[in-house]
Amino acid sequence: MTSIVIPAGMPQYDDVPRFDVARVRADFPILGREVNGHPLVYLDSANTSHKPRQVLDVLDEHYARHNANVSRSVHTLGTEATEAYEGARAKIAAFINAPSTDEVVFTKNSTEAINIVAYAFSNASLRPDADPRFRLGPGDEVVISEMEHHSNIVPWQLLCERTGATLRWFPVTDQGRLDESGLEDLVTERTKIVSLVHMSNILGTVNATSRITARVREVGALLLLDCSQSVPHLPIDVVDLDADYIVFTGHKMCGPTGIGVLWGRGELLAAMPPVFGGGSMIETVTMARSTFAAPPARFEAGTPPIAEAVALGAAVDYLTGIGMQAIQWHEKELTAYALDAFGSVPDLRIFGPTVPVGRGGTISFALGDVHPHDVGQVLDSLGVQVRVGHHCAKPVCSRFGVPAMTRASFYLYTTTEEIDALVAGLEQVRKVFD
Amino acid sequence: MQLDQLYQEIILDHYKRPHGRGLRDADDPGDQVAEAHHVNPTCGDEVTVRVATNGDVLHDISYDGMGCSISQASASVLHELLRGRGAGEAFEVHEAFVELMSGRGQVTPDEDVLGDGVAFAGVARYPARVKCALLPWMAFKDAAARAGVGVSPEVKA
Repeated sequence: MTSIVIPAGMPQYDDVPRFDVARVRADFPILGREVNGHPLVYLDSANTSHKPRQVLDVLDEHYARHNANVSRSVHTLGTEATEAYEGARAKIAAFINAPSTDEVVFTKNSTEAINIVAYAFSNASLRPDADPRFRLGPGDEVVISEMEHHSNIVPWQLLCERTGATLRWFPVTDQGRLDESGLEDLVTERTKIVSLVHMSNILGTVNATSRITARVREVGALLLLDCSQSVPHLPIDVVDLDADYIVFTGHKMCGPTGIGVLWGRGELLAAMPPVFGGGSMIETVTMARSTFAAPPARFEAGTPPIAEAVALGAAVDYLTGIGMQAIQWHEKELTAYALDAFGSVPDLRIFGPTVPVGRGGTISFALGDVHPHDVGQVLDSLGVQVRVGHHCAKPVCSRFGVPAMTRASFYLYTTTEEIDALVAGLEQVRKVFD
Repeated sequence: MQLDQLYQEIILDHYKRPHGRGLRDADDPGDQVAEAHHVNPTCGDEVTVRVATNGDVLHDISYDGMGCSISQASASVLHELLRGRGAGEAFEVHEAFVELMSGRGQVTPDEDVLGDGVAFAGVARYPARVKCALLPWMAFKDAAARAGVGVSPEVKA
């Protein structure tokens, strides 16, 4: 290996914050189990992450000690539960550097968060007095990309069907990057919202958004970033990103399932009509009509996932304790290691960027013409858990001419030994299907 | 090793050297011909099964598709088992195969009925793969119904 000397005064290699992976792994009870007689090698964190003891304890503690409904009780338990729920909101706001805690709306997951925005547009489009930024009709356009998860495609297709607006999209290059060459033609005065994935769940690509943001501002559209895969893995600052909305989900970031986040600029959330109606989201109700609470409550009808929100707050504490920059760097090193190791496997084709720059620790590939289901099955017999299939991103599979892909994805608890186990497993796959 | 039960030699043979693959026109112009295209939405596997029949005998069962070894081998076995059989007989085999796949590994298959299909007994122990094995059989059922022959009981895989 060549050794490169970084000039004095520049950030040095050892300046990067690091953490002890073995100690982190000890926090995750599930990592101690075996699968099919082999130690668990979990390479499916882009699908869902594991949960550390610190999060499981908070979940348990909440039900054991503080269980009550929120925002409506004067009793002690109700007050404790409300404080815990709102405390979690404040932690999450700080985690993404939201200017205000009220900009954090709890949802079920990213899918619901995107749907809330899409349906707010839909509802506004039916009301002549609604804020024109949310009103869509024939001639208006919504822009997404070919790189999206189905959750950032289907809600917009449905919205366009309901309103008569037109759906357009950025293509993807052969290297698995967003093709921004048509930006000026794609994002125009007709565009009302651009909704893009920040980090692809299938290609691993992290999209550089500043050029797109600048164009979105120029034409007066809105920008939503699907950060489901980036918030768990990189430091995210919504002010720095300069988006109008971001969405992410708790279960991919060491939190429980059933809890996600819609962050929106306060002024925008305040101008949006409600989507779900019910308890907690109202200001006053008569038999004839209702008025609505300010955000975030306006978008949180009904009893929310309280314990899940509290546990997501604990997950954010856990990640912050280790440091998002350290986690990002750990995954960058793993990705470089894996890309290198995959290079040694005959007939392995990587879909997406093949350099560890502008990408995260999610790598999809094909092994010869062995179907991903078969790859995944043989790997499972060796304890190696990868995802196979279309990864809820069928247009990406079509773009690269395959019905399905095999995907390995890493997180803070992933080790290079696990990547070695994957590579050894791929050798076994080749033997079975040779 | 468990994996051997899933990937029996028979299954790998049918996958690597599929029997009767490719969609064909009927030899007998008097035959009813119909096809059905089925997709497994969770993995994207696809198969098209075409049935040519005079109403009594299934003169040909042809197919095309793309997918994992289990789904594609299953189509090959389906072709081999049911082509040329009487419709009633074919549906008995169909029923036996569906019963085997729905049995979570508790059903002992009858080789006289299922032939190479018995190799799929191991697949029934893998709930995530049962749909792969059933994909061509469900497409066959639809294709046969469209060609005007028999119906076997509804099964939820």
